[in-house]
Amino acid sequence: MRRLTVLVVGCAGVVACLSPHAALAQPATPIPPVTDADRAAAFPDVEAHATPDSAVHAFVLVDQLEWHGGDTHAGPSWDSTGWIGGDQNRLWFRTEGDADGGHLGEAEAHVLYGRAFARWWDVLVGLREDARPGPAQSWLAVGVQGLAPYWFEIEATAYLGTGGRTAARLAAEYELRLNNRLVLQPVVELNLFGKTDVERGLGAGLSTVDGELRLRYEIRREFAPYIGIRWRDTLGDTSRLAAAAGASAGSRRLVAGLRLWF
Amino acid sequence: MATHSIEHCRRGDDAPVPSAGPAATHSRRTFVKGLAMGGAVAGLGLWRPAVQAFVDTSPSVATLDGSDFDLTISETLADFTGSPRFALTVNGSVPSPTLRWREGDIVTARVTNTLDEVSSIHWHGILLPANQDGVPGLSFNGIRPGETHTYRFTVRQGGTYWYHSHTRFQEQRGMYGALIIDPIEPEPFAYDRDHVVMLSDWTDENPDRVFAKLKKQSHYYNFNEPTVGDFVRDVRARGFGAALADRVAWGEMRMNRTDLSDVTGATYTYLLNGQAPAGNWTGLFTPGERVRLRFVNGSAMTYFDVRIPGLSMRVVAADGQYVHPVSVDEFRIASGETFDVIVEPSGQDAFSIWARSLDRTGFASGTLAVRAGVRAPMPELGPRPLLTMDDMGHGVHTGMPGTMSDPPPSNHDAHDAAAAAPPPDAPHAEHGVAPPPPDAEVGHDMPAMVTADAAMQPHPSSERGNPLVDMQTMMPSSRLDDPGIGLRNNGRRVLTYADLRTLFPDPDGREPGRTVELHLTGHMQRFAWSFDGIKFSDADPIPLTYGERMRIVLVNDTMMSHPMHLHGMWSDLENDDGEFHLRKHIVDMPPGSRRSFRVRADALGRWAFHCHLLYHMAAGMFREVRVDV
Repeated sequence: MRRLTVLVVGCAGVVACLSPHAALAQPATPIPPVTDADRAAAFPDVEAHATPDSAVHAFVLVDQLEWHGGDTHAGPSWDSTGWIGGDQNRLWFRTEGDADGGHLGEAEAHVLYGRAFARWWDVLVGLREDARPGPAQSWLAVGVQGLAPYWFEIEATAYLGTGGRTAARLAAEYELRLNNRLVLQPVVELNLFGKTDVERGLGAGLSTVDGELRLRYEIRREFAPYIGIRWRDTLGDTSRLAAAAGASAGSRRLVAGLRLWF
Repeated sequence: MATHSIEHCRRGDDAPVPSAGPAATHSRRTFVKGLAMGGAVAGLGLWRPAVQAFVDTSPSVATLDGSDFDLTISETLADFTGSPRFALTVNGSVPSPTLRWREGDIVTARVTNTLDEVSSIHWHGILLPANQDGVPGLSFNGIRPGETHTYRFTVRQGGTYWYHSHTRFQEQRGMYGALIIDPIEPEPFAYDRDHVVMLSDWTDENPDRVFAKLKKQSHYYNFNEPTVGDFVRDVRARGFGAALADRVAWGEMRMNRTDLSDVTGATYTYLLNGQAPAGNWTGLFTPGERVRLRFVNGSAMTYFDVRIPGLSMRVVAADGQYVHPVSVDEFRIASGETFDVIVEPSGQDAFSIWARSLDRTGFASGTLAVRAGVRAPMPELGPRPLLTMDDMGHGVHTGMPGTMSDPPPSNHDAHDAAAAAPPPDAPHAEHGVAPPPPDAEVGHDMPAMVTADAAMQPHPSSERGNPLVDMQTMMPSSRLDDPGIGLRNNGRRVLTYADLRTLFPDPDGREPGRTVELHLTGHMQRFAWSFDGIKFSDADPIPLTYGERMRIVLVNDTMMSHPMHLHGMWSDLENDDGEFHLRKHIVDMPPGSRRSFRVRADALGRWAFHCHLLYHMAAGMFREVRVDV
């Protein structure tokens, strides 16, 4: 190998003419010597290259802004999330709630710091504040969210509240494209509580199961009216507390609303 | 759907236009866009008219000839879609004027920026001192509002190139023009007439908004996502098991096989020499003439598949550099590339120059005609290609189906079937098998990569656990002889990189002294793009030693194609035997590809190396290459 290289050096010029594939030790076209002028032209004193690759973006999704009818009082409800930040670190918010017959039924908001830690997953830490039902209460929230295989969007969050209260929430949703503008979106959400909260009518263990199905038409990506159904089943102690209070164990509602983002 | 038959010629010509022939099934959206006349409307008093020498019948694009230029960057009202918008222009036109230089001249360009934002002009593919390259933050500080910046350098090459803004998204807003350099030595081909064909993409949206939308919802412009209906059709065609297995495979990866372009005809109007299809740019010919067409892809985000139905195109130069002539029916041109072709139109009055986008969401078109006002039929857009696992270098690489001899597929499924099971006589069926060992007698220092085709591809440690890397290719190959997705087995002779061979031997002649391997990485959902999982702003420059001959190996770890552009020095693409093959300034990197090129580090300074898809570059697929002694 070394011997061959020496050979090549020795007849570099000749080889260049005879065989385009033979390797040369010296360039067939000489490398020009560097002058001071070259050096001055090469490294001008300039500002840093501006790039939007770490720009801060913000996203607000009003996933649900709707009116519900059905077997309980009619009223509005909302569910919104969003973030501000870069590709990896984001400040998130979530808020959802509804009103029945003119008064607030449930209302809560999260503020979370989220960091992408795996290809499809963010870990989130923050606070949740419940305004309703019952008196306001606060939770520490820790969770993950992301895209599971087969395009299921998953949110799993654990909560630690005052007085040793604990809770967990697991939500999954899917977007089934009937065509490129008509989208069927099923959502399932489970709520669990560590101990019974009589005041708010929540029993320990699996408390509520919400199922939602919305059919939206994306007039624009950012603007999609929809219709859908929502149902809620209460389970276990929550169901017994509801029965004791004379309330129904679940609800069925027709909904119509708008999905927006910007 | 006679979408073309009711179009009229531009410039208010009322003469009836021949019907477009085959029923086209272009969307109404394309049609409405096509109605707009296109072209920048000059004369708002914002710019100084320069001496303009018109090239044949393309009044919107001037050619400025010589070695001394005054160029003015300004905002000019343009109407490509029916809604006037301000475009960024050089001397008032989109595209910018064609500049015609002579090799050996010292060129002076005084560029005045009348915008209220910083601007720049980068001379794409041109060898020059680093401080003349026009990249803000590397070459200079940009041209500030109101400033006149003077570029001056010696022209050391001939051929077809182009120039464009290298500031933020200004290129998308109209700042791109062709650059023709007449060589000192006679060219190794003859022609009678010469037209520039500048292909580009235009959006009425603010490109900052386009970028922001992609960051928030990366599939925003893809209206071809898999639907329930597609699944049902797939079940009918292939059976439930196969259709489901396919959905499961893609769903497991959380990838979408229709992700071909991030920005599509949903917002783009595709332009040829600054004209929407209805504007029908027309280049004249006299029957029997040899016409040289200088194709430039000046688009921000679009791969074009170019045909001139009825004409064979003899490709004589790629990226400005002569190649052994090769005749083709169709070629794919990546953003930033240039191809010079020679055609000999005769036997009919008009031929369509037809450039459909890779994703088949639209097309740019114009006409070669014996006189203005005649048109020729245009083909149909054809089925939208779908990515396969094989395209991304996943699973067992079954080899590329043949490029010419196989019957054209009638739809997606035939295409897929062909890709999955190539005929036994497919010319490239040996892919996936290690190529013959390189010629050891001349002391090649072959890196492992050339023979590593059949092995699993290792990846940089910076990709491991990196949340901004959503995919890694498993068994990439060079794919030099692959016409590319959507062009295989179409019954036409389609250009590949294997077909293109530089006419002259390697002007340097040395073996690369070392190899730097870089992976193209990204995350579709987050619209994050990078090298080795590291964005520009987090990356160190790539150091090159002045005078060295080195090799860059690129591996595409994404599902999209990336035209990779190194400034200041040639990218000498190697063939599968590791030999000098094709001199380029853009090396296109399809998904699942691993390609290597040699760099002669003979240009001192700081140079940009980036994906030429504008929003990929903006998102971080950009590195500084620093050549120092």
